Amino acid sequence: MSSVKRKYVVPGDVVAEGDFRPVAHVTQHGNKFISTRVGMAEVGQEGVRVIPLSGPYIPRVDDLVIGQIVDYSAFAWDVDINSPFFGVLPAQSVFGREYSPADESLSSKFAIGDHLTCKIMSFDRTRDPLVTVSGPGLGKVEKGEIVKISPTKVPRLIGKKGLMIKSIETATNTRLAIGQNGIVVTLGPSAGVEMVRRAIRLIEEEAHLADLGSKVQALFTASESATN
Amino acid sequence: MTTTLLNADKIRLDGRKLDELRPVKIDVGVIKNADGSALIEFGKNKIIAAVYGPKEVHPRHLTKPDRAIVKCRYHMTPFSTDTRKNPSFSRREIEISKVIRQALEPAIILEDYPRSSIEVYMEVLQSDGGSRCAALSAASVALADAGINMRDLVAGCAAGKIGGEIVLDIDDTEDKEGEADMPTAIMPSLGLVTLFQLDGKLSESEFQKTFEFAIKGCMKVYQIQREALMNKYFGQSEPMQESTE
Repeated sequence: MSSVKRKYVVPGDVVAEGDFRPVAHVTQHGNKFISTRVGMAEVGQEGVRVIPLSGPYIPRVDDLVIGQIVDYSAFAWDVDINSPFFGVLPAQSVFGREYSPADESLSSKFAIGDHLTCKIMSFDRTRDPLVTVSGPGLGKVEKGEIVKISPTKVPRLIGKKGLMIKSIETATNTRLAIGQNGIVVTLGPSAGVEMVRRAIRLIEEEAHLADLGSKVQALFTASESATN
Repeated sequence: MTTTLLNADKIRLDGRKLDELRPVKIDVGVIKNADGSALIEFGKNKIIAAVYGPKEVHPRHLTKPDRAIVKCRYHMTPFSTDTRKNPSFSRREIEISKVIRQALEPAIILEDYPRSSIEVYMEVLQSDGGSRCAALSAASVALADAGINMRDLVAGCAAGKIGGEIVLDIDDTEDKEGEADMPTAIMPSLGLVTLFQLDGKLSESEFQKTFEFAIKGCMKVYQIQREALMNKYFGQSEPMQESTE
């Protein structure tokens, strides 16, 4: 992977010419591959792709997301998952197969405004994404503070094998739940949450640069020496 | 009454040469509440463009099941002209909103966002001719800032004929007193024209030359658009070469 060449691109820039496979955020015109986003272009073994630096969250099956209930009908909740599409949480997936709107009311379980940790069950371009709350770690978010990050920068917040989250958690004495949609729930002392906020802002601004880990560490040590 | 638009040395009223663009400056991300935004200063023109979306469509029945719809709003503030402009939409603004929408649509990959709408708002704070091209150029930068999949940026620039000479980038007086005005927009990397209008009379050879001038102007605007986006997102930094994921 280290042999991958990177360059900065904007929409319309030619990323590569020749016989490649388009992977993400490129369109093909003849043998030219054109970027569709502002971001970093990579030409590697697996093909041509652009890592975007801005943009909305587009759901993908099996993504963990954090959403907010905005509405409910007799059969399903509508969940705002910070995306152009609303998540649909069917009542049957919460109450079980035998659910009947006559016996149980959806508002008894989740109310409008509640935050949920959920997983994308299925999504394709013809229908809104189905989400589920059954599974370990899924369900209502009982406490914590919501911090937002641009969805395109979530991979950098998580880091290689979750290294970045771990280092932030230990340094700030907090627990983080990160949704792929850019919603982060932070749990811990308020000073720690404030530090997380600052770390996320730093990652947001410098997501395209190397050495983020040490920069975040420097932020923590600087604030530590300031309080002492 | 007529104004002399060109002096003996073929220098224009504002001191420009025949093929000279007014100074253009673009700032990206000027509106925090929008998903993407840009402010363009095209000579004396000052236009803000803001993009919202993709988001759910209102009213619902306008939804397209297989792609996104684009809503464009070009509006001039009452204080953008020398005498107060009525803030309600004029015939002209409705037309410009429509042609800008049609110029942007081929650039946006609408099929990537089914059942949603992309809203583009362009507000003219100060106008001085050529504002449709300036607004369009700003809107395309704002779309890129919003992270919407696009085949290419769209760059716009006008050319025309004044005092018998073909010139690049017509301003307000030149538009009113001159002989022809040709607003043009292109997708520069793909080499496609997305906006083309012509007001006035040109012979075939004049038409050719004016069109070539307009394309040249568009390419210059395109360079400025690219630089503005690069500057906002990357500053002076070099791309890192290791992998992050």
